[in-house]
Amino acid sequence: MNFSAYLQQNIVYLDGGTGTLLQARGLRPGEHPERWNVTHPDVITEIHRAYYDAGSNVVCTNTFGANALKFSPDELEEIVKAALSNAKAARNQSAAPQEKFIALDIGPLGKLLKPLGDLDFEAATDVFKATVSLGVKYGADLIYVETMNDSYEAKAALLAAKECCDLPVIVSCAYGEDGKLMTGASPAAMVALLEGMGVAALGVNCSLGPKQLRPIVRELLRYASVPVVFKPNAGLPECVDGKTVFDVTPEEYADVAAELIAEGVRLAGGCCGTTPEYIRAVREKAKQLVPIPVKQKNFTMVSSYTHAVAFGDTPVLIGERINPTGKKRFKQALIENDTDYILSEGIAQQEKGVDVLDVNVGLPEIDEPTVLKNAVEAMQAVVDLPLQIDTSDLAAMEAALRIYNGKAMINSVNGKAESMAAVFPLLKKYGGVAVALTLDENGIPKTAQGRVEIAKKILSAAAAYGIDRKDIVFDPLALTVSADAAAASVTLETVRRIKDELGAHTLLGISNVSFGLPARAAINGTFFALALENGLSAAIMNPYSADMMKTYYAYKALKGLDENCAAYIAAAQIFAETAPVPARAADTPEDGSALQRAIVKGRREKAAALTKERLASADPLEVVNNEIIPALNTVGVGFENKTVFLPQLLMSAEAAKSAFEVIKTALASKGTRAEKGLFVIATVHGDIHDIGKNIVKLLLQNYGFRVVDLGKDVPPETIVETVKKMHAPLVGLSALMTTTVPAMEETIRLLRRGAPWCRIVVGGAVLTQEYADAIGADKYARDAMETVRYAEEILGK
Amino acid sequence: MVLIKSYSAPPINEREVFRYAGGKDVAAVRELFEGCKTEIAESLSYKVCYLPLDVRVTDDFCDFGAFGVTSKHLARNLEGCVKAVLFAATVGVGIDRLIAKYSVQSPAKALLFDAIGTERIETLCDLFCRDIEREYQMSAKPRFSPGYGDLDISVQTELFSVLNCRKHIGLSISDSLMMSPSKSVTAIVGLCETACKKPSRKCEACGKTDCAFRGAL
Repeated sequence: MNFSAYLQQNIVYLDGGTGTLLQARGLRPGEHPERWNVTHPDVITEIHRAYYDAGSNVVCTNTFGANALKFSPDELEEIVKAALSNAKAARNQSAAPQEKFIALDIGPLGKLLKPLGDLDFEAATDVFKATVSLGVKYGADLIYVETMNDSYEAKAALLAAKECCDLPVIVSCAYGEDGKLMTGASPAAMVALLEGMGVAALGVNCSLGPKQLRPIVRELLRYASVPVVFKPNAGLPECVDGKTVFDVTPEEYADVAAELIAEGVRLAGGCCGTTPEYIRAVREKAKQLVPIPVKQKNFTMVSSYTHAVAFGDTPVLIGERINPTGKKRFKQALIENDTDYILSEGIAQQEKGVDVLDVNVGLPEIDEPTVLKNAVEAMQAVVDLPLQIDTSDLAAMEAALRIYNGKAMINSVNGKAESMAAVFPLLKKYGGVAVALTLDENGIPKTAQGRVEIAKKILSAAAAYGIDRKDIVFDPLALTVSADAAAASVTLETVRRIKDELGAHTLLGISNVSFGLPARAAINGTFFALALENGLSAAIMNPYSADMMKTYYAYKALKGLDENCAAYIAAAQIFAETAPVPARAADTPEDGSALQRAIVKGRREKAAALTKERLASADPLEVVNNEIIPALNTVGVGFENKTVFLPQLLMSAEAAKSAFEVIKTALASKGTRAEKGLFVIATVHGDIHDIGKNIVKLLLQNYGFRVVDLGKDVPPETIVETVKKMHAPLVGLSALMTTTVPAMEETIRLLRRGAPWCRIVVGGAVLTQEYADAIGADKYARDAMETVRYAEEILGK
Repeated sequence: MVLIKSYSAPPINEREVFRYAGGKDVAAVRELFEGCKTEIAESLSYKVCYLPLDVRVTDDFCDFGAFGVTSKHLARNLEGCVKAVLFAATVGVGIDRLIAKYSVQSPAKALLFDAIGTERIETLCDLFCRDIEREYQMSAKPRFSPGYGDLDISVQTELFSVLNCRKHIGLSISDSLMMSPSKSVTAIVGLCETACKKPSRKCEACGKTDCAFRGAL
């Protein structure tokens, strides 16, 4: 019988700890246990056999750390081959009667993925693939990915396994005391991510004892539609009389395991500190139990790397502002690769309370697959909301879904055969919830009946790809009521019928309905309320629209979805705050204008508001030269004289930046810009900390320089290419540690050859004047202000 | 066998935070700092994994059994010690996420979060070392990290593999030997049977006399 078939009908018993047993047999700290497959095959076989004898159905090979980052290709193959051969020998030797399987064990790579670490997602996938391919070659029955404490790495491992074999893949994660993975994912988020990608079973192992993991397992059982794994430690290790002991006995352990098997756990075993005794105890305790069938749960969920968002009674708000349509400033940011601008839009919408962010970067003049992938990567480094990948470019859609750290929304598919044939395979492979528009080759039906028919067609096509209806959310399309008086009511009827007749969720892009009418906000807010009352689950909307947000909070309060109306009351304060504050008499100039003082004091909202006011009567450049720059100089000189400290300098810089943003938007609408010179900035290859570089960037922008920020961990070649392409006169490089200074030196060497015209300024914790001289930089800048002064000297005021 | 400890949040040493941020406790910054403090509460975890070993020092060679290193400065630090604890400590990735987010949105806050993170990890290490002294009823030398004095930073690789940091506390190391999460420390703490000489000031044992952060304590 193959493993999948066995799992369907039975409770599966896994093995227990290996590391503790190996240490007892002489494995030294720091020694690679995987090598013991080759050097001590008898010991490994004996341990595996003891587990089979104790009743384990599945033994995991001794390959936890067998990967291409730790071993050469030849040694890796030797290890995996020996590991499988040891497990097979154990299986042959054991006389125990149960079905026996061998799982290729895969642990974390030991390095953290970008952006937190330096390992690229695709590189991680390739490393996992190398091990999986060998496991398949040497006869594993299934793949067991374990002890994952980073959702992104878990995704890479699962994707790798799926791309190079058809074996069932189990993914089990190490949750901390806070109930989350080390990088933040909740159990529900892991269910969404892993199930979406077709995992055979998922669960918990390592990190904690059985009792501490119990609530996490219950959470998994609540959400998962696949079997759940329970493989905890034998409690926590303690040092007693110089010896390490675990504090949970086999009996206590088995009690919790049996309890959870009775609640629905389908695979049980043990991790650190557990021995064959524990497995025997679990089998004994659970022998009267029958496997609880795995039920399909109907949660429509998307997830980020921290949490899942479920569609249900509480409306889901999807922020629509990351979209260049009709926004000149946004287009400019896209063309200039101004990632910060796009990220700011994301962060600001999160602060307004949206649950999901739509990401659309479609512009004819850009390479959308690259730009969308980069935007998603950058966004998920700073915002923990699930993303909605919004594109009609399929290559872009796939590129983004592949590297997305979670289960994304996909915007969109529709009833056209061509659209479904293109989008559904991506949804099946990477997981996701698709927004399905109720239109097809014949356009948008005029009636609700017609739209419901298309929805049915979409559901059956999805089913043919193995996609469950819970992963489709319909957009019944809000059309313009000014063009067709029946438009809104047809949409509302469709919303209701899709919910009632198909049991599916719906969402709408609300604002279309008011197109061509004055005071659109009133129509939008009311239409939103009506749609919610008809069963709408989500809206793609503008969270800056007070009317939409008022409807949202009022609806939740009225529907009993807001305990004690707490969210409404909190929001009401915000509504009040958005009213314009009249300028007070106290703001009249004494030591500089009100705007100048706002900047000096670091008041960003005020600085932006005052700039807007000033632009009503003054030329943008006049405001810059007569107010913003003098204010910055006051602070800058203060910093140089040590009367102003770094945090204050930055607060002023932020205030100035918010003023500049207003100026830029004004200039972009006129199609002009005002910037002094070009400054390319980067944190060098191998260096992943860039707080200092970001401070320098902010100040340079403040002083009117156009800064092209290449980010952190930037290869020398990328820096040289950019400088050449843009003919940049000035480059700033930062490095934090001695280990990354050689990368800085290499960058300088290549720059001298490829871009001899360009001046190079360096900075960072580890650098000194001597160091800078030794590696051939033109200038060593001790702090951000010194860099600004140097830029002014080189590029002119 | 590597052991693990988790701690609940120790009190913040605000003076240290402001020192790391390159500022003073002035009104404008205070307001920002209070905001950061509230925001950070949920984002941190305090974890240490450690391995107690016997140590024997011969000239410049420090032999820990599981591995050994040659370093004059470490040998001097471990003078009179029969035991040492290798440890790795981290306050988790939450702080790195906040720093990344605020680098875009508010670099002033990013700077404060960075400073808070530095203070947090240092405080965690102090707490852990005091714990170790109590547990082993021995006196602890100042902790010594790879990169201090002549102890090569590449020793990190060995410490990581001996402590299996990734598995135990989720701490990993990059090709250029940078730790993620960034607010983490690895170190060796020598333990003496009798009260050992401790520097009167935190920075005294360090040879980098031109350091911007030197000597404030």
